[in-house]
Amino acid sequence: MTVQTNPAPRELLPDERGHFGPYGGMYVPETLMTALYELNEAYLEARRDTGFQAELRRLLKEYAGRPTELYLAERLTEELGGAKLYLKREDLLHTGAHKINNALAQALLAKRMGKKRIIAETGAGQHGIATASVCAKLGLECVIYMGAVDMERQSLNVYRMRLCGAEVRGVEAGQKTLKEAINEAMRDWVTNVRETHYILGSALGAHPYPMMVRDFHRVIGRETKTQILEKEGRLPDELIACVGGGSNAIGFFFDFLDDPGVKLIGVEAGGRGASPGDHAARFRGGRLGVLQGCKTFILQNTDGQIELTHSVSAGLDYAAIGPEHAYYRDKRRIDYDQATDAEALDAFTRLARGEGIIPALESSHGAACALRRAAGLGKDKIVILNLSGRGDKDVREAAKQLGEKLP
Amino acid sequence: MKDRIANQFDRARDEGRACFVAYVCAGDPDFATSLEVCRTLIDGGVDVLELGVPFSDPLADGLTNQLAAQRALESGMTADRVFELVREIRKFSEVPIVFYTYYNLVFNKGVDAYVQTALEAGVDGLLTLDLPPEEAAELLESSRARGMKNIFIVAPTTPESRIPLIAESASGFVYYVSREGVTGERESLAGDIGDAVERIKKQVSIPVVVGFGISTRGQVAQVAAVSDGVVVGSALVNCIRHNLDNTARIVPALKEKLSDLVAGVGAAPAGN
Repeated sequence: MTVQTNPAPRELLPDERGHFGPYGGMYVPETLMTALYELNEAYLEARRDTGFQAELRRLLKEYAGRPTELYLAERLTEELGGAKLYLKREDLLHTGAHKINNALAQALLAKRMGKKRIIAETGAGQHGIATASVCAKLGLECVIYMGAVDMERQSLNVYRMRLCGAEVRGVEAGQKTLKEAINEAMRDWVTNVRETHYILGSALGAHPYPMMVRDFHRVIGRETKTQILEKEGRLPDELIACVGGGSNAIGFFFDFLDDPGVKLIGVEAGGRGASPGDHAARFRGGRLGVLQGCKTFILQNTDGQIELTHSVSAGLDYAAIGPEHAYYRDKRRIDYDQATDAEALDAFTRLARGEGIIPALESSHGAACALRRAAGLGKDKIVILNLSGRGDKDVREAAKQLGEKLP
Repeated sequence: MKDRIANQFDRARDEGRACFVAYVCAGDPDFATSLEVCRTLIDGGVDVLELGVPFSDPLADGLTNQLAAQRALESGMTADRVFELVREIRKFSEVPIVFYTYYNLVFNKGVDAYVQTALEAGVDGLLTLDLPPEEAAELLESSRARGMKNIFIVAPTTPESRIPLIAESASGFVYYVSREGVTGERESLAGDIGDAVERIKKQVSIPVVVGFGISTRGQVAQVAAVSDGVVVGSALVNCIRHNLDNTARIVPALKEKLSDLVAGVGAAPAGN
């Protein structure tokens, strides 16, 4: 029998009502409070249940394709002339991104709770397709909410969801992107809460979601740690990931939080400029507020109305950042940087040409930062980028952005 | 001295009827028309005026109220203009005014500053849709110190064990949401409203009003018979929404709808 060591303080976060210091919490209509408490209880039970964990591990391996490789990008490393650049290949997972880790786990949890209907929001479509696939596999009814603008940008993913039997409902309100899709999903949940589970797709929203989603993605960082120790015999110098809501980043970083020698960098969407409405960099233009269930950094005007956002990548095009990110930024444990649309597109093509790997536009933001930093570091350093998703879904949009005409 | 809200519920009780609580969005479709809408409601016998403070992301609201908030924001409503509207109403009426709002708008100004400004403008209570008692400590502290009422919601999904927490946080009145879902008109009401109100009243000493989905005189009468107040929102907001091409028709449409609905609170329940 192994002796259980005391958990590090970070394991105790959030508190029992979802607070990470001043961030997080449960800011939802009364109708949902009981559902959130029930979900929290069910999750904590499942977390302790070795049977649930074994089933999840089996599905992550056999259905999702875990573990994912840690791949040394040799040609890019050579070209950059600096640090060794590794890619954590979450893009190789079934359905094309890290999102399946969380979707699979939450769907299993929903089944355990006796919920027969699943709803989810999606921005880029990656969480939607992951949820639709998992629902098809587990025999659950599935409704996906998606902003009309995102449906246009990601039409291929819309069809993929429909192929898997999901109903995709377009949202025409406001800016017609991720934020509006979440509003609409929450309205559905308030209406159908007794039989429905809401699979929220990022480390966002009300407790227990930020904690639960983080935990379901911790596998990314755990695998990375084992793999880099096997390959290099030491920990990396820097980990870099893109941050929309921040689920891939927090899952990637979490098991390195107590390794002070590992620099952790989250990359927000710098969009097309620094003016309000032109980007989605919450830590540059945002301030503390409450949106869609939690207290965190939010892009808002002086009156408290939520600002419009812009990013070339639908998955980063969101006005709030996950509350745990705000907490670790305060603690100066995670640094935040930005990549513009143009920088992300440049990284998108450089990865494609240098390694034959087409990254998602979301992950391309992380890649832009990783390429920049690796070039400036010595050859004895190691940088790992979480390549959170693949770019198949973005090919049409990238061609448009790059001014190329598709046949 | 008693406050406006308590006075109004006492008066209605003395008259042997429930209160009629009317919801409209402040600034829908614009400031001047909205002021006339409020005047019409007050002249039409509304007991409590619930003013929606327009928010960009009203996740507890159905389409009717979402569109109203959007119209108000597009017409230039701001937090300050909403207070201005209340000051204008206070020039001619002492009707209790409650803000129906989302927490970011309160938090944004600094909670205590917001409460103070609201009170000075003439607001009697705040109903903050996405602020459960668990997160309300700062607002409650400020409100208690200054005399602002805090209305909280009880939902059909709220277990009995949770009602004491709501009861100790709420003041003014408690708002029972008559069915799971967002705001908006419904063809029929949930069947067990009377039982639910009775269960709440066992643990709550302030008035209990019922809202969400009430839009006909029959429904008003049905709910009025078993509660201290009836909230009608979308049915009134639709009088604005359906006359946007000719805003001169808004007030007459509202008058007609209101006289029909308000009669419900005094009448015997339908089929009785």
